[in-house]
Amino acid sequence: MFKRLFGRGETPDSPGARAQIEQSLGKTRTGLMGRLAEVFGPVDIDDDTWDALEAQLIRSDVGAQAAADIVAELREKARLAGVRRASELPDVLHRVMARALAAAAPPAADGAPAGDPPRPYVILVAGVNGSGKTTSIAKLAHQHVRDGRAVVLVAADTFRAAAIDQLKLWGERIGVPVIAGQPGGDPGAVVFDALNSHAARSADVVIVDTAGRLHTQANLMAELVKVRNVVARVMPDAPHATLLVLDATTGQNGLAQAKAFTAAVNVTGLILAKLDSTAKGGVAFAVVRELGVPIAYVGTGEQAADLAPFDAAAYVDGVLGRVG
Amino acid sequence: MFSALSDKLQTVFDNLGRKGHLTEADVDVAMRELRMALLEADVSYGVVKDIAARVRARAVGAEVLRSLTPAQQVVTIVHDALVDILGKSAPLDIGRGDPPVILMAGLQGSGKTTTAAKLALMLRKKGKRPLLVACDTRRPAAVEQLAALGRQLDLAVYSEGTAPAPPDIAARSLEHARHNAHDVVIVDTSGRLQIDEALMDELVEIARRVQPTETLLVADAMTGQEAVNVAQAFHARLALTGLVLTKVDGDARGGAALSIRAVTGVPIKFLGAGEKANALEPFEPERLAGRILGMGDIQTLLERAQSTIDEDEAARLEKKLRKGTVDLQDFLGQLQQIQRMGPIQEILGLIPGFGKLTKQLPVDLDPRDLKRVEAIILSMTPQERRKPKILNASRKRRIASGSGTRVQDVNQLLQQFDQMQRMLKQFSGGRLPRGLPWS
Ligand SMILES: Nc1nc2c(ncn2[C@@H]2O[C@H](COP(=O)(O)OP(=O)(O)OP(=O)(O)O)[C@@H](O)[C@H]2O)c(=O)[nH]1
Ligand SMILES: Nc1nc2c(ncn2[C@@H]2O[C@H](COP(=O)(O)OP(=O)(O)OP(=O)(O)O)[C@@H](O)[C@H]2O)c(=O)[nH]1
Ligand SMILES: [Mg+2]
Ligand SMILES: [Mg+2]
Repeated sequence: MFKRLFGRGETPDSPGARAQIEQSLGKTRTGLMGRLAEVFGPVDIDDDTWDALEAQLIRSDVGAQAAADIVAELREKARLAGVRRASELPDVLHRVMARALAAAAPPAADGAPAGDPPRPYVILVAGVNGSGKTTSIAKLAHQHVRDGRAVVLVAADTFRAAAIDQLKLWGERIGVPVIAGQPGGDPGAVVFDALNSHAARSADVVIVDTAGRLHTQANLMAELVKVRNVVARVMPDAPHATLLVLDATTGQNGLAQAKAFTAAVNVTGLILAKLDSTAKGGVAFAVVRELGVPIAYVGTGEQAADLAPFDAAAYVDGVLGRVG
Repeated sequence: MFSALSDKLQTVFDNLGRKGHLTEADVDVAMRELRMALLEADVSYGVVKDIAARVRARAVGAEVLRSLTPAQQVVTIVHDALVDILGKSAPLDIGRGDPPVILMAGLQGSGKTTTAAKLALMLRKKGKRPLLVACDTRRPAAVEQLAALGRQLDLAVYSEGTAPAPPDIAARSLEHARHNAHDVVIVDTSGRLQIDEALMDELVEIARRVQPTETLLVADAMTGQEAVNVAQAFHARLALTGLVLTKVDGDARGGAALSIRAVTGVPIKFLGAGEKANALEPFEPERLAGRILGMGDIQTLLERAQSTIDEDEAARLEKKLRKGTVDLQDFLGQLQQIQRMGPIQEILGLIPGFGKLTKQLPVDLDPRDLKRVEAIILSMTPQERRKPKILNASRKRRIASGSGTRVQDVNQLLQQFDQMQRMLKQFSGGRLPRGLPWS
């Protein structure tokens, strides 16, 4: 997103970002390769091939229905293209999935304005409990600081024990001011004061941390809508981006999360956190496919530098259990 | 038995259109639906296969009970199989040790710290003197988080900041516990990936130093297919004694718990059902099985309903429901009862068949909407409440001004009511659980 916006950030296919993703995915590949050699070996395609492919997608949390759909689509494509060998299928599938990611989420789908970005550029971050919001915010801030931008963080999680301390500690580590209110205070009021402060008004980027909330909790979702409305009231075009943090270890519930958060606060992009785990984050594919919300970044660890712009090819490799 | 699965199976069997006993062909079609349903609930791929085989063996040739349709019969068999696999709840083992130690372990953000505080609170209610120990020296403000929970709940917390090695902190905390007459110690640890060898070694070292009687894996109910690998790895290194499944207050089906139990044999001990410290629930296999099958948590609903709903009123309403003669007066009565029961979405989610529907409700449905609906109905005459059809434009204007709302709001309510009536018709005809509001 920012790469286009500011013309500076690291591009997804830059060696650094790719290596980082590959390294985090690589840990788990060896085991899978054995299994996949059977799938993709030099035998003709039969029912077992399709079943194995579907199984691989399901094991990556793409979802049973989505996996069945994808395999059906692939079958048709393979028939039309005259693909005979099972070993050719992964490449075809890879293309189909990468294209689906690109089609559902064209580069501009995050709604960011072209040309000069507004100042400050306000990012609202939301998600279910423990998905990785606060850490991802620190990573994002770190990236902007590294790119020479002035960043301010707003601690609008006034609910969870020591959530404010957590963000403040991150702020100290990466050298970014954190504006906070009192624990237990009204998050809307915190955001109102913060956005009206001199520090925020003179920053390039302002990132708002919110409390974790399950998408089924109507009152907490209403609170989030209120926070968003406060942002919009203080700065008419803001928030300029609303990012949903999805835990890569999440299964099918991720889709319900994305639907509810998108309906409530118009999510413009996903951060897929904890992709350094053994999970492949396949549910994000289902989210992109169904909602058209793009994956903006992936989290690859617990340190400030462990954030990479989304790279569709590397991600699909992970979902398919392939070496990149 | 009511569930998304049984609805699907019903269609399958309707097409087959026969009765008596279950043939192999019936069961095969049913097994595909079953596999999909379990995968949708995040039960791991391998475990789903095992369950399908098991159910298949039991189902083929099974007599269809007269009171059940074949679909319901299969669901019953599935349900029983899940209950079997889930096993019984096991009590917390804190009878030995000087003092007994509970060690918390799990992936990042699964709910370890929150659950540690919940356990401490529960144990204190049972007359214990628990000590919480802060061994997460890595995550920013993890120590402060435990300390803050301790202050909020008035629980003792032992911490040494973030400099010492976690195994040393844990070992010294036992000394502290003995000196201060704490009779149970709960050790909070950093979240870690099961493939992070250095951190797994650290956890093993903590366990070696404190010799826990309970080593609990804390897992998020939203976890997907990797749950099995995670649990197996933690179990292999630590010999887990129990599982806590957190965040069940959401709508995740929690298939991960079934997979973990099936693969490791580790008993499920508690469910975390909220962020607040009292939101710790005992594990009950029937409930969790129903949840995984998308059957609605009938038990929970019944309990909650019983404490608020007047039995006679419910019986009277049920009769009307079956006849399809519910009016706005009844609707109002139900609304008022529901408001006493808790957040509406949560309640609806508990009602079998309504799970899906809940997701279609506007997310920002909040108590104020209910209040508005209430105000509108209260501004109607008794006759209007019984026969909403007579509401013409001028009546609607009167009602809107009487309730401080707009005519659109009145129209919207009437539309919703109409929808609800149509929905109710679908649910009537012997498929209504007894004694529940509207369902
Ligand atoms: N391995 C790994 N861990 C991560 C990643 N992102 C976050 N975490 C860890 O996940 C845990 C939860 O992260 P937080 O940032 O506190 O999550 P949150 O969404 O802000 O949590 P709440 O505010 O409580 O809802 C912490 O232990 C983080 O260190 C990641 O990309 N990889
Ligand atoms: N809704 C809900 N939220 C929960 C539950 N248990 C924990 N949480 C929330 O989940 C988030 C993470 O909980 P923590 O207790 O910090 O998780 P943790 O495993 O200690 O996290 P790390 O130490 O970073 O690995 C917080 O926002 C908690 O409030 C639960 O049962 N229901
Ligand atoms: Mg947070
Ligand atoms: Mg913790």
